[in-house]
Amino acid sequence: MNTLPQQLANGLLLGSMYGLIAIGYTMVYGIVQLINFAHGEIFMTGAFGALTVYLYILPDGTPMAAAVPLMLVGGAIVSVLIAVGAERFAYRPLRGAPRLAPLITAIGLSLALQEAVRNFYPNADKALAFPGLDTTHDIGSITIKDADIFLIVSAIICMSALAWFVRKSRTGRAMQATAQDPDTAQLMGIDTNRIIVIAFAIGGFFAAVAALAFGLKYGSIDYRMGFLMGLKAFTAAVLGGIGNIYGAMLGGVVLGIAETLASAYINNIPGMQQLGGQSWANVWAFVLLILVLLFRPQGLLGERVADRA
Amino acid sequence: MRQRSLVILTSVLATGALTLTACGSRDDSGDKSNSGSSTTFTIGVDAPLSGENSTTGLGIQYGVQVAVDDANKNNWVPGVKFKVEALDDKAQPATGQQNATKLVGDKNVVGAVGPLNSGVAQSMQQVFASANMVEISPSNTNPELTQGKNWQTAKKRPYKTYFRTATTDELQGSFAADYAYNGLKKKKAFVVDDKQTYGAGLAKIFAEKFKGLGGTVVQTDHVNTGDKDFGSLVTKIKNSGADLLYYGGQYDESSLITKQLKGAGVKIPLFGGDGMYATTYIDVAGAAAAGDLVTSVGVPVDTLPAAKQFIETYKAKGYKGDYGAYGGYSYDAATAIIKAVKAVKDANGGKVPSDINDLRSKVVDEVQKSDFQGITGKVSFDQYGDTGNKQLTVYQVENGEWKAVKTGTAS
Repeated sequence: MNTLPQQLANGLLLGSMYGLIAIGYTMVYGIVQLINFAHGEIFMTGAFGALTVYLYILPDGTPMAAAVPLMLVGGAIVSVLIAVGAERFAYRPLRGAPRLAPLITAIGLSLALQEAVRNFYPNADKALAFPGLDTTHDIGSITIKDADIFLIVSAIICMSALAWFVRKSRTGRAMQATAQDPDTAQLMGIDTNRIIVIAFAIGGFFAAVAALAFGLKYGSIDYRMGFLMGLKAFTAAVLGGIGNIYGAMLGGVVLGIAETLASAYINNIPGMQQLGGQSWANVWAFVLLILVLLFRPQGLLGERVADRA
Repeated sequence: MRQRSLVILTSVLATGALTLTACGSRDDSGDKSNSGSSTTFTIGVDAPLSGENSTTGLGIQYGVQVAVDDANKNNWVPGVKFKVEALDDKAQPATGQQNATKLVGDKNVVGAVGPLNSGVAQSMQQVFASANMVEISPSNTNPELTQGKNWQTAKKRPYKTYFRTATTDELQGSFAADYAYNGLKKKKAFVVDDKQTYGAGLAKIFAEKFKGLGGTVVQTDHVNTGDKDFGSLVTKIKNSGADLLYYGGQYDESSLITKQLKGAGVKIPLFGGDGMYATTYIDVAGAAAAGDLVTSVGVPVDTLPAAKQFIETYKAKGYKGDYGAYGGYSYDAATAIIKAVKAVKDANGGKVPSDINDLRSKVVDEVQKSDFQGITGKVSFDQYGDTGNKQLTVYQVENGEWKAVKTGTAS
């Protein structure tokens, strides 16, 4: 049986999730040059928000088709509120401070959010079961679940909507202007604080979509899930060219596929048995990152920004 | 005038401060002088109490707690009370080592129960050995811990302060392979581990024994702890034609693997070791867990008449965590320490040695000589510190619960 189509599908799905989270890194970086390391935790709280809706708000036995949109709303409210709150109370006071200060704040915030969830969410000190969408479909030699369809469809919708928003809408163009030069944008009458809040909110919303997809796909969430996913998404954002929203999505997909293929096939290459398998997937993903950055330091779709270097 | 008032103020403050300190030290010494009639010793517990593996970890903490409560209530050691100090190692070797250092530094600690994970134990053994303090793990199963690096060829005990009430992976892996091949009639196994001391060791022993019996290991793979996406691995398993997946590691990853495996339409059972034997595995994996198997050390605590009261107390107190896997072994481990303290006291003319170092080293010797009927069976230790109780049980998930399907003594 040829496993390549299935492995590509696995990679594409994983990559779409990285891409959705990477949007949050890349938009915030594009506008305020801040690497928001707490973004992985914003993703995590989105999953807990969605689970809260399912466990404590919806009546038992709600069909999943009705539950999923409401869970998305719940997750999005939590993620967006936390993202915007982080901007307002943790990052805005430090705007204009040396770059290192907000970076350390982000790391501190990330730990604080993890511990808050662990201590205050019921039973969150261990993995919590999340309702799954486990019905499977066979398409040719590929088997996918409903959760996978949810993930891929929502990734496509979200990305198209974002592309339209940034290019066509008034706020989107204000966003581009702020990214290009915040001071001049302000002189042109753009409320840059509002733009920054919107960037955080969009990042939070995308993280909530990814978080819901994560829960539906893997059926379990825990308070530390944001760390590794956040790191991978950040890698995806850098790979695609940080600051570029299409780059984030492309970087995510490339990273996901690279990981999956490395894990699936490297140990079939003669002499490479020891360097293959699931446990080496991360290694190969980062080798790829290093190679890309060697030849294209700005990332796959990144633009050279001479005036910012 | 101003100068004088300053002097007065200073002296008042100084007197106040001195009085306060004096009060403080009087309290301290009061504690110690009381100890003539009733000394309180601490039994340390080190286990993951939060995060990964915490369900089982809490079972260890409260298993010890029940033993200590029993000892205090029934006055097992006249004139001596015990209390528990539980430290969270988060399943991380570095944290475990810090905890060990902390316990050793506390002059009231006579011995420790724990840790849960073999990898953590490796980082703690040396600390306890230097302080000559007894450490009894209810759950470590890696053979190296008691029998040295070359346990397969030349057994040599590395630390004489380390004991365990759990049997080893050497027996557990073989027992699993035997059940898989002869009991389940499985011939082709796909073997995965998490590269940790426990998981990798167990998977290796299983694979060797399974091949020895005539089965085939179609492929092996390794995962990272903390991984969530096993799509690629699942596709490989699906394509390999294996009729059994053996996993060496903890429930955190294996519950996700089994879920994704069954989700991809691969209906083969996942077989693991005692690290997976927890209710969380079933909670997370849900229906996908049906038919999955584990081996665990000892016999099911629920079936032991001697453990009936332990389980009742545990439930009545509303303790968190899962006593099923190691609660009983933790109880027996704590009991072994308590009984050792009693033996030391009796041998010393009814007085507990006043020097804590003297007491600790004598407790180690007494634990080595342990021979009593615990709630999990006979508690005794061989020349390596391994338990004399070599029973193992295979459990299978049936209707959302672990059901014992085979109990036996490893050969």
